[in-house]
Amino acid sequence: MIVLDGVGMTYRAASGEVEALRSISFRVEGGELVALVGPSGCGKSTLLRIIAGLRPATTGRVAVDGRAVGGPIPAVGMVFQAPVLLKWRRVVENVLLAAELAGLDPGQFRARAHEFLRLVGLGDFADKLPRELSGGMQQRAALCRALLLDPPLLLMDEPFGALDAMTRDELNLELLRVWGEGSRTRKTIVFVTHSIPEAVFLADRVVVLTPRPGRVAAIVPVPLPRPRTVETRASPDFGALALQIHQRLAGAA
Amino acid sequence: MTVGALRRYVPSLALFGALLLIWQVVPPLLRIREYLLPGPIAVVRAALNFSIPWHAHIWITTLEILGGFALAGLGGVALGVAIAWSETTARALVPFLVVVNTLPKVAVAPLFLLWLGYGVVPNVLIAALIGFFPVVINTAVGLTQIDEELLDLGRVFGAPKWKVFVKIRLPNALPYVLSALKITATAAVVGAIVGEFVASQAGLGMVIVTAQTNLNTPVAFAALGWISIIGLTLYGAVGLATRWWAPWADTT
Repeated sequence: MIVLDGVGMTYRAASGEVEALRSISFRVEGGELVALVGPSGCGKSTLLRIIAGLRPATTGRVAVDGRAVGGPIPAVGMVFQAPVLLKWRRVVENVLLAAELAGLDPGQFRARAHEFLRLVGLGDFADKLPRELSGGMQQRAALCRALLLDPPLLLMDEPFGALDAMTRDELNLELLRVWGEGSRTRKTIVFVTHSIPEAVFLADRVVVLTPRPGRVAAIVPVPLPRPRTVETRASPDFGALALQIHQRLAGAA
Repeated sequence: MTVGALRRYVPSLALFGALLLIWQVVPPLLRIREYLLPGPIAVVRAALNFSIPWHAHIWITTLEILGGFALAGLGGVALGVAIAWSETTARALVPFLVVVNTLPKVAVAPLFLLWLGYGVVPNVLIAALIGFFPVVINTAVGLTQIDEELLDLGRVFGAPKWKVFVKIRLPNALPYVLSALKITATAAVVGAIVGEFVASQAGLGMVIVTAQTNLNTPVAFAALGWISIIGLTLYGAVGLATRWWAPWADTT
């Protein structure tokens, strides 16, 4: 469970102090998938890094599983907008990087790395170099790297934002499958996106942020049934929710 | 090598052949004396005239070039790592290195001679001095041009600094270092020859100086030819090493 309590963030830029986030409070329950939506520059990526303990908040408190965040938190998987794979390593070695950086024996994770790669359709590409893969495939590999150590918390920063619409829809479905929709051992996921349909399709709740300084404009529950499928996007409820979030965003601007 | 690959070299080979032909035929027609511009046949004859101890000169010059190259490579990487390691080391080293690099290194050659006497060692040092700077810069750049997110990843997994250095920064720097070494390969040749010009008892640079004094121009040209073969071989070796060790890098 993640608790944010009055989180604010001000940073120093050449033009003076910039307030990026202002008194953000919400919580993410264990096993919940929460999407953060907001216009670009609203500080949603910064907020994700504050949760991960990669950047300090200027004001307020963040706690993950009851412990205050003071530095990089353990047992978290991160996926960024760019796949950031090491271009000199084969795909499976890139996935195993997670174990190596964490100081674990990568040999013990090799079987699991291959299993994850098969799960996302990269079974035949384990021994390729990243440049031999398409953007969508590279991002799948990055997802496998984030999942390798089976972290209970996954932080995703516009992970599919750079992909074409079809690949993005495909990867949304894959993410939900990997997440274990319907199972009891779901991971907690915080998913930053600027796509409203993506947020609605994935999330249990959508946190809508205002333009800078980012504040919580609304928290919209998404009661669409799971598992969500291709048909979900065509349902009237889906459209209504998307419209509601759109209006919140417009109202906040 | 396939026929297709050979065909790629046809234009440059044809141009080379044409230039050789012009060089052989035209100067005599213009009554240019051989001591001013010897033809290619005279040059090749001089290069293969083994009453001149070519192998000894080639050996000495090659030794100086390789020594200078290796020293520039190792020293350059070490300094580059030091610069990239922390703000403090960078602030301490960079101004110093800039001063050293702006010195006309050729002018330092007589000093090395004064300090170290005749022989291979001062020429190795000059070769290294001329060639090391690009390696420093490229190493430092290669070590620091890392996606911010990769570094975040290191922190997320709690990796210590040395581990991020070994697993991410160093391999990232490899193509940068190798491309700097191409420049160093050519610079080391210049350095070794300059050193031999200033003072030496052997080496291809000395052959050129001696041949010039004796107006034995074909021998000077022949020495130039041998130098160029050494330089091309070293350059080619670095190119091969790049393809071997850093196949992910863009080839240039």
